[in-house]
Amino acid sequence: MVPQILTGRAVSSGGGARVDAIEVSAWFGDTQVLDDVSLSVPAATVAALIGPSGCGKSTFLRVLNRMHESVPGAQLAGEVHLNGDDIYAPGQRVTTVRKRIGMVFQKPNPFPAMSIADNVTAGLALTNVRMSRGDRSALVEDCLSRAGLWNEVKDRLDSAGSTLSGGQQQRLCIARALAVGPEVLLMDEPCSALDPTSTRRIEETIAELCSQVTIVIVTHNMQQAARVSQQAAFFLAEQGAPGGIVESGPTLQLFENPADPRTADYVNGRFG
Amino acid sequence: MITVDRLPETESAAHAGLKRAPRKIRVLTTDDWLSLAGSLCSSFAIVTVGYEHLLDGSGTLGFLFCWYIAFLLIYACLIAMSSSRHLVVERLVTVTLYIAAALVISALGSTVVYTFGKGWHAFVHLNFFTHDMSGVSPTAPLDEGGILQAIVGTVIEVGIAVAVSLPLGIGTAIYMSEVGGRGSRLVRTVVEAMTALPEILAGLFVYVTLIVGFGLPKSGLAASVAMAVTMVPIIARASEVALRVVPNGLREASMALGASHWKTVHKVVLPSARAGLATAVILSVARGIGETAVVLITSGASSFLTFDPTRNPMNSLPLFIYTAYVTGEPAAIARAFGAASVLLAMVLALFVAIRLLSRNEGVTR
Amino acid sequence: MTVASDVSPTVIGLQPRPPQRLVPGLEPSDRIFHGAVTVVGISVLAITGAIGAFLGYQSIPTLHHYGLRFFTQTSWQPELNRIGIAAVLVGTVEVALVAMVVSFPLALMLALFISDYAPKRVKSWLVSAIDLMAAVPSIIYGLWGFFLLQPHAIKLARWLSQHFGWIPIFHVDTNPNAAVWQQSRYTSSAFIAGLAVAMMAIPLACAVMRAVFDQAPLGEREAAMALGGTRFGVAKTVVLPFAKGGIIGGTMLAMGRALGETAAVLIIISPAYEIKARILEAGTQTVSALIAANFGNATTSQLSALLTAGFVLFLITLVVNTGAAVIIKRGRSGAHTEI
Repeated sequence: MVPQILTGRAVSSGGGARVDAIEVSAWFGDTQVLDDVSLSVPAATVAALIGPSGCGKSTFLRVLNRMHESVPGAQLAGEVHLNGDDIYAPGQRVTTVRKRIGMVFQKPNPFPAMSIADNVTAGLALTNVRMSRGDRSALVEDCLSRAGLWNEVKDRLDSAGSTLSGGQQQRLCIARALAVGPEVLLMDEPCSALDPTSTRRIEETIAELCSQVTIVIVTHNMQQAARVSQQAAFFLAEQGAPGGIVESGPTLQLFENPADPRTADYVNGRFG
Repeated sequence: MITVDRLPETESAAHAGLKRAPRKIRVLTTDDWLSLAGSLCSSFAIVTVGYEHLLDGSGTLGFLFCWYIAFLLIYACLIAMSSSRHLVVERLVTVTLYIAAALVISALGSTVVYTFGKGWHAFVHLNFFTHDMSGVSPTAPLDEGGILQAIVGTVIEVGIAVAVSLPLGIGTAIYMSEVGGRGSRLVRTVVEAMTALPEILAGLFVYVTLIVGFGLPKSGLAASVAMAVTMVPIIARASEVALRVVPNGLREASMALGASHWKTVHKVVLPSARAGLATAVILSVARGIGETAVVLITSGASSFLTFDPTRNPMNSLPLFIYTAYVTGEPAAIARAFGAASVLLAMVLALFVAIRLLSRNEGVTR
Repeated sequence: MTVASDVSPTVIGLQPRPPQRLVPGLEPSDRIFHGAVTVVGISVLAITGAIGAFLGYQSIPTLHHYGLRFFTQTSWQPELNRIGIAAVLVGTVEVALVAMVVSFPLALMLALFISDYAPKRVKSWLVSAIDLMAAVPSIIYGLWGFFLLQPHAIKLARWLSQHFGWIPIFHVDTNPNAAVWQQSRYTSSAFIAGLAVAMMAIPLACAVMRAVFDQAPLGEREAAMALGGTRFGVAKTVVLPFAKGGIIGGTMLAMGRALGETAAVLIIISPAYEIKARILEAGTQTVSALIAANFGNATTSQLSALLTAGFVLFLITLVVNTGAAVIIKRGRSGAHTEI
């Protein structure tokens, strides 16, 4: 039984939370990069964001956990609802939002100065949550198991995080993100820097996790999107224009029977 | 169900105003500002009332310190009432960092303001800039005498020092960066070691060898030599960095066009590094004009104006300030502050020059 | 029939040709250029090396004249032929230590503020302010310290000696609780000189620390932020561990500068030649102030003694600066930091 992380929030019953993006537009300075993007992701499902490079997929992802505003000069319009609450409302604390909506980055970034176990609990250390030693080890084991890394590192929990392979580091980052107990997990091309075996292992992890957390994953790999997601959104940016969603819906339908000709072109590899 | 997420034109036009404008993401709420202001005011009030009784006579610094502690305590209690423990720590740290930054900046500001403020009395007399102190005693009122000899002295001494150290420093930098080789590593080590030389030792060295050893008089030239000794390592090291930053691709492109090494350095590398080199020179000049210890030892403090650095003692701004201060006379001290203001104004002007250079060339630090 | 005269030996089955060193031929203008620049470099090396050697060489006549007691003698009485640098070295270190104790936390907090907390527009102004602070001549800080800071600082010194006087360094040889307390016992002390020197140490340490903080990898910063870390949490987990080398190195560099500081110390202190830990009390002496005060009426042997004292100071500064450079280079940010 994993001790609940004391963040004072209600755990959603089905595991995972519903994410609704409503008419989101984003700017970097005066340059608009996203125009009027709306997307709804039901709880405990996996949504894939696909599309060619530079269409704003990663920017949209970062809007979802309020990382977009960490860039100086970034601006935003629209709303993002987590189980109905707007995360950009004036009273919302950024740090609380980010604890409920976790993120795994494209390049694995474990903290090099910390051991594997300390990396997993780094999120707790960052927010000054205290745990007893027994609870800590239970949490470390639970998160590493859910991330599919426990068997490989269980006897070297004290070695540095940087001694792992690329795929193992990425799974460590997933475990670290899980340790703070998020309801949503955002993944920004998590496998693009990894070899096929690690990629497959992470896709298995995503499948195991999706009943507990809602997952939104950006991917360039359409086969991967077809393998892991139930819902997909196709992003596109015309020349010089901000990016937006052309079409979204159940993944299989998007691939086999797309409504928009641009989606058909992309899915069939005619560009991007 | 497939949704195509572009709203029909009619609806989007109506929503255009609401959708397109970016929203303000406020990090601090009204509540945050109010608790901050409230803690500041209440801690100030408490300390003002209690200070006289508890810590009488401990002065302004003590008052500020007690205000800071009281503010932290009150603010911590306020935050703890509405947020969890780690947020209290976070807020206290943030507040302390802001206060530390304000403290350092106000110390700097007080230095600048105080110097110009106290120097103002001397400024209003035009003779301060146009006359020298020959025949004027230090106790004379401010409408007699001036620091012209010090200003001229500083300009001449620093001018000679720059004229000597510029070619030496940049030449050494070119040697280390462009020619390289085993010798350059030794040169670099020694040059870096010499940047650690305290300026007074450079002055003492010149004093012992040139003035005592060769019997030369204390003069502006001796001071310039000593200044150059301190300036050369600084220019050499900063210029080497500026040269190293020039992308190697530029050098290779020039050589591929058939240019000799000298032409490459002269026409390609040096112009590219122009801003960095100028900054290096200006920085060392700013260092040189403020060097008191050097001029104290090697140039005598003369009170009459002279343009000849080789024979007579030559005054300079830092030296004038020091000798005036040592007399302890109020009029002399007022003049000292006036000279200090001129010195500070020179440093400020050099500094602005560096900023403009960096901005023009797009160099970011 | 054509004779292939340059057929590759491998075709015929012989050994492949060995690699040949390529010596680039230099143009005549380049020979002159290289020669001139090398001469400049070597002469700078020679001159600066000669200075260092000359300073060191002076220790021979000094030891010859004053013996090893030169390093243990505290008083400086040339007329009695009793001079030594023991007290002076201690005073130098005391002033520098006071400066570092004050400037280390302030520089660290300011550097962290600039790199992680300051709004973008304010950041460039703050960086300029720090550079300006470094450019202000030390004699101006001396005047500021003596005329503006000292009246306030002696009250702080008195408070410290009142309540913490049982700690030896805070003790002052007078009664701090007297109704009319002796201000002159608190002025011109190592403490106040240290405060003025701190104004020069802070910008130096802060510049190095800030440059290193800015290099903390963005990926790790974002990972910490995405985990819900607060600004200080990110700083504690990512920035500060990354910048350890820069923090220590920057502090040591500033200390090297503080050790050699002359003008501000000259203006503030009143010379006293004794080894004492009482930094709040009036009277101390540093090597550079010693040289500045005594060079004028020094005999030859006294001059060489001053030079030796200066050489000892130079060695200390050299060790500190070199150590600082090594520590910065070996830190995680080392390869990209220019000091």
